[in-house]
Amino acid sequence: MPTLEQTTLEVLNLATTHFKLAPGTLAPDDDFFKKLGIDSLQTLELLSRIENHFNIELPDYEVQGVSDFKTLAERIQSRL
Amino acid sequence: MLDLAKYSSIGAALKDAMERFADEVCLIEADREREKERISYREFNARALPLARAMQDAAFAAGDRASIIMTNQSKWLISAFAIFYSGGVLVPLDYKLTPAEQWQLLQHSNAKILVTEYPIWRQLCTSAGRAVTTNLQNVFVTEAPPNADLSDAQRWEEFRNDATPTFAPRERKDIASIVYSSGTGGRPKGCMMTHENYLEQCVALTSLYPFWPGVRYLSILPTNHAIDFMVGFFGPFTCGACVVHLRTLRPEFVREAFTRYKITYVSLVPLVLKNLQKGLEGKLAELPPGERKVFNALIAVNKSLTKSHPRVWLSRRLLKQVHSAFGGQLRAIIVGGAFTEPQTLQFFYDLGIPVANGYGLTEAGTAITVNDLKPFRADTVGKPLPGMELKIADPGPDGVGEVYVRSKTVMSGYLNEPELTAATIVDGWLRTGDLGKFDAQGHLHLSGRKKNMIVTEEGKNIYPEDIEAAFESLPGKDVKEFCVFAANYIWPRRSMVGEQLIIVIHLENNQSLTEQLKQEIIQRNNRLLNYKRIHGLVVHNEDFPRTASLKIKRNELAEGLSKLDRDRVILPL
Repeated sequence: MPTLEQTTLEVLNLATTHFKLAPGTLAPDDDFFKKLGIDSLQTLELLSRIENHFNIELPDYEVQGVSDFKTLAERIQSRL
Repeated sequence: MLDLAKYSSIGAALKDAMERFADEVCLIEADREREKERISYREFNARALPLARAMQDAAFAAGDRASIIMTNQSKWLISAFAIFYSGGVLVPLDYKLTPAEQWQLLQHSNAKILVTEYPIWRQLCTSAGRAVTTNLQNVFVTEAPPNADLSDAQRWEEFRNDATPTFAPRERKDIASIVYSSGTGGRPKGCMMTHENYLEQCVALTSLYPFWPGVRYLSILPTNHAIDFMVGFFGPFTCGACVVHLRTLRPEFVREAFTRYKITYVSLVPLVLKNLQKGLEGKLAELPPGERKVFNALIAVNKSLTKSHPRVWLSRRLLKQVHSAFGGQLRAIIVGGAFTEPQTLQFFYDLGIPVANGYGLTEAGTAITVNDLKPFRADTVGKPLPGMELKIADPGPDGVGEVYVRSKTVMSGYLNEPELTAATIVDGWLRTGDLGKFDAQGHLHLSGRKKNMIVTEEGKNIYPEDIEAAFESLPGKDVKEFCVFAANYIWPRRSMVGEQLIIVIHLENNQSLTEQLKQEIIQRNNRLLNYKRIHGLVVHNEDFPRTASLKIKRNELAEGLSKLDRDRVILPL
């Protein structure tokens, strides 16, 4: 099983690809709403990509109120 | 449809609907691509009545309050029916609020019962907000894992008694529900809605957008929201229609649901509608030039043929590709919760998909005006619904003034707030706080707000007082005092979009703003949910006007600030 750090890194890479950003733009503590200027709907789209990558199902409630990559990675980690 | 004029309560109407439409499908619930269940009115009734009886055995009586905090699903509606059957008052709370906010409203509403789902209950249990004293006597939790620690709650699925419950009749003027239009952190505004409010609103809405057995409504907006409660529960159920619930709102599964379930109506907030538009525009742009030309020509034909009124059957044939993507049965998209931009409405109408845009507020019982599509108008929020009396108070030279409404759908008042109620409903007229004017055709045009609040594209009403707690300990550092405002409240703008909140700070010893303090404010701002965040900062080194009890006089402060140049004084955050 990957470590939390590895999962966080993978989430950052996925978001970087999904939103077509330059590598290294995103950091674990970044608030994705603010940093990416996205809305809640776009966040849901990113989640689908994350689910496919990790081959898990993340119910909507698991990401309720989450706004930074680190916490998101923790929620994913608990389902791996 | 049931003749709602004959009924005195939501419970009585729903009870009859269970018998009248017994064999019709009333609910479909799907989780991603998996259909979880499909139940008839008979089965719905058979699940609700044992719950009602068990509630009654637990001393839940007519007039008692019961709260539901759940995502959209069949158990939400089954629980609500059991509450109404027992004569209870429903307190639907937003599942997206923080647990502390939910506890606060459970306390404020004096709810005796809470129905919630396991993940929400888990969060409620670990929240520091649990320390508040409530009147809760029973908590029912759905879908809890077998070995879950439920604290002092009970499993919803096991809480039942098969003995016949007693139906509790209610009067039209009795309170049916308490719906919070705002007030988490500040002053909770619990709108007390009567049975009459719902019965009358349902008659008015279904006269324009009818339901019947076979209609399928896709429920996406939270059911605690006034719109979904009406068009995703009470409206369809009194007409024998079917409600489709999805357990995930991922765009790809929502798109799939349209085709799989041949959806007739759906309600969306402007943000989602705009997102749909963006997606469709993207797809159209990808078409080869030849195909695009043909498609544009078909849109032009559709536009000319639907100028006076929609011809959905014709549009479905002309623009088959688009309509098939929506399942081929879509009659209208209902949009609400916030102002929708005319070009988005026009985009869908040109494709032969009417958007039922309108204007309303919880206090007025959902909708006040709705586009009647005769003809379609993208530039207005429609005409008053039947039974709605509207007037423009103190109109200026341009005809714009505050919108007042009088109707049987207006709430009876705010819970525990007689003064606020008296200031909001004066001589039977509800003062909406929104500014607008009527045109020669009787359509209402909205053009801004008089009240100190904003509405986001996601349909969230944000009151500045409610988010001030996030900045509470700033005084004592370098800040002497602060206040949050809707920018348009200070500097009125004739616009219903792009509304923003700002924080006004008065620094100690009239010093200037340091980078450190700015960062502190940004950090605190980031802790707020994204839609609640402030967008600008104003340094105002003058003592804030205060009352004898030292409360900030917001109106006076706003008046003072209004003399400053908005674009110059607001520092973006």
